[in-house]
Amino acid sequence: MGLIDIFTSLVKIIAVLAYVYGLLWVLGKSSRWVKIAGILVAFGIIQLVITVNIGGSPIFNGFDLGLLFQACSMTMVALGLNLIYGFNGQFSLGQYGFYGIGAYTAADITYRWINGDARGLIVVLSGVIIVGLMIFGLRQIIHRYRGIPVLTQFTLYLVGTILAGIVAVYIGRGIAPAINPLLGTNLVPGALAQGIPLQVVFFLAIICAGVFAAETSFLFGLPVLTLGSDYFGIATLGFTIVVNTLMLNSDTILPFPEMKGGRGMIGIPKLTTWFWAFVFLVLVIVVMRNIIRSSSGRTIMSVREDEVAARAMGVDVADTKLISFMVGSLFAGIGGAIYAHYIGFLSPNTFNFLLSFNPLIIVVFGGLGSMSGTIAATFGWTFFLEGLLRNLLGTMGTDAPTWRYVLYPVTLLVVMLIRPQGLLGTTEWGFLKDILIKPRVKPQVAAPGPIAPAESQQGLD
Amino acid sequence: METTPIQTEPVLTITGLTKFFGGLRAVHNFDLTIQPGQLLGLIGPNGAGKTTIFNMITGLYVPSGGEICFLGETILGQEPFEITRAGIGRTFQNIRLFPNLSVLDNVRIAYHPRAGYSMFDAIFRNSKYEAKERELTEQAQDFLAIFNLENIQNELAKNLPYGEQRRVEIARALACNPQLLLLDEPAAGMNPREIVQLMELIHFVRDRFKLTILLIEHQMRVVMGICEHITVMDFGEVIARGTPKEIQDNPKVIEAYLGKGAAHAA
Repeated sequence: MGLIDIFTSLVKIIAVLAYVYGLLWVLGKSSRWVKIAGILVAFGIIQLVITVNIGGSPIFNGFDLGLLFQACSMTMVALGLNLIYGFNGQFSLGQYGFYGIGAYTAADITYRWINGDARGLIVVLSGVIIVGLMIFGLRQIIHRYRGIPVLTQFTLYLVGTILAGIVAVYIGRGIAPAINPLLGTNLVPGALAQGIPLQVVFFLAIICAGVFAAETSFLFGLPVLTLGSDYFGIATLGFTIVVNTLMLNSDTILPFPEMKGGRGMIGIPKLTTWFWAFVFLVLVIVVMRNIIRSSSGRTIMSVREDEVAARAMGVDVADTKLISFMVGSLFAGIGGAIYAHYIGFLSPNTFNFLLSFNPLIIVVFGGLGSMSGTIAATFGWTFFLEGLLRNLLGTMGTDAPTWRYVLYPVTLLVVMLIRPQGLLGTTEWGFLKDILIKPRVKPQVAAPGPIAPAESQQGLD
Repeated sequence: METTPIQTEPVLTITGLTKFFGGLRAVHNFDLTIQPGQLLGLIGPNGAGKTTIFNMITGLYVPSGGEICFLGETILGQEPFEITRAGIGRTFQNIRLFPNLSVLDNVRIAYHPRAGYSMFDAIFRNSKYEAKERELTEQAQDFLAIFNLENIQNELAKNLPYGEQRRVEIARALACNPQLLLLDEPAAGMNPREIVQLMELIHFVRDRFKLTILLIEHQMRVVMGICEHITVMDFGEVIARGTPKEIQDNPKVIEAYLGKGAAHAA
């Protein structure tokens, strides 16, 4: 390790820290223009270290960039899980299932697109729209007729989804041949399979992947969320295993030969750039913050605090659980899409149920119910486990990286012993912080009690 | 009341309410009618089925039989949140605040059904969200001020002393904008000074919010001091009804509380 290496490593660490902290801080109580400028600066810090060359290579090489993208996608997954587990109190191990669904959905859309088949995009896009409308419409009807059992509702939604899927496939068959000639082939891309149109398709693919994951979570969550928290955890573990099995057999029992089953899907265009990763990360953070700091967010937390009391306060507990589960899965799906397009290769082993503990560890480590804790923990986790340990141990010999999985749990243990509530507990930094509201001027009439003296009881009527 | 010919509809009518837990008969053939503005006490020894009745009124338990009508309409088969939104607020025997949320948030959650903006408004932080959220917060703060809780609005509920937690819980139940308030042993675990304050508070909220109150209580001081009518239960059945004076002299009540033979001794 030369001096330049140490210097660049320092620059990298400072850049990432500055980025994470600056992003959250700048989005705080500052005015709108300061926020926009601050976001651009946060974006620019990383863009700078990606582009600036020192000694012939950029400060952020491909490996570091991969880590950064991994951290971004994992942040979305972990934030989603924090919404489900940390804020709503539903212990879920299904996050990697939705992560995988998002990754495979988005990858399939863009893979088909660059190989001259527009059906992927059209079928999924029309599918998620029709299913979304169907769910919305059916909900209105079901709300009108009270007392329909959950399983009956589930069956109705399932039948509706299957019908919507069939319709979507036919729409795909109808429209795709008109677009296909414009796509060219993999070797000779057509007008729509490169440049800005491809970026638009990528954007749509990410959105579709997220919404598809959210709709899946709706169907799965509707019957399962009636279970208590622990049983829900087991059921979601089962969901991850089912999704993983489907991925392993995607070319045999599912009609997706391009996914190549257990051999892994190769040839996914590497479309994830720092721009996309950044935009979606900021979107996810802002959307989640806005949900948490709203009336709906407070009801989400009330379900975690005391379900019975929440029901007695007029909170629709079943609805609240379903919404937080869907939003959490939406984030996981988006994260999966970002992940698939930076790594370019998807293997079912990545979405193994054992790895589904990763976001759980991050969320507990960062603090249940703390968004900034989750963000800090994800970046810390990624750069510590993958970056620091792998790099550090890599210099000590070929067998040394195996020690990673000894040092990592030991570190976790130590931190959890020192701070059992997680890194940040339930506190937040910057704009995620709950604004303390000042007490207002007291009205004249006040209740008798320990603070008010007895004279205020008179003259009430 | 007799002089006014206006027909007042009862707030709550319970007829033949029955609840079995497996083979255990918790409540049997329970009848109750509450007129608007009444402050009615429901007393009885431990295990008499009082809280079970509360849980059936608020929809947490499904009755095995019988009928519950609120303002002339049946509320059987409705979800607890629908019953609350219809106008029945309650407190719990063992305080059930949201411990890790601030006092203000505890009250603001009760305002949720009347928030006036959807989650999509919140996600986009549009002007509707800004206006409605500010309005909601101000309402909640005014509400806390009525209960002298505005100075502790940013405290976490779990950090409050016991008496304050009771006040917050009553405030939160009232923030649901109920017409009927169910108080489940509000004086449990309070010292005599706090009990006096609590009785003043109950009188105050009834006058201020034009409420009808159904109260479960063990402390005879509270019940005899503030209730106009009392219903006494034992083993899931009503054993006596009447004014505090009548109840005090009722041999069946004395027997239920003190055991057989006590009535003759008294």
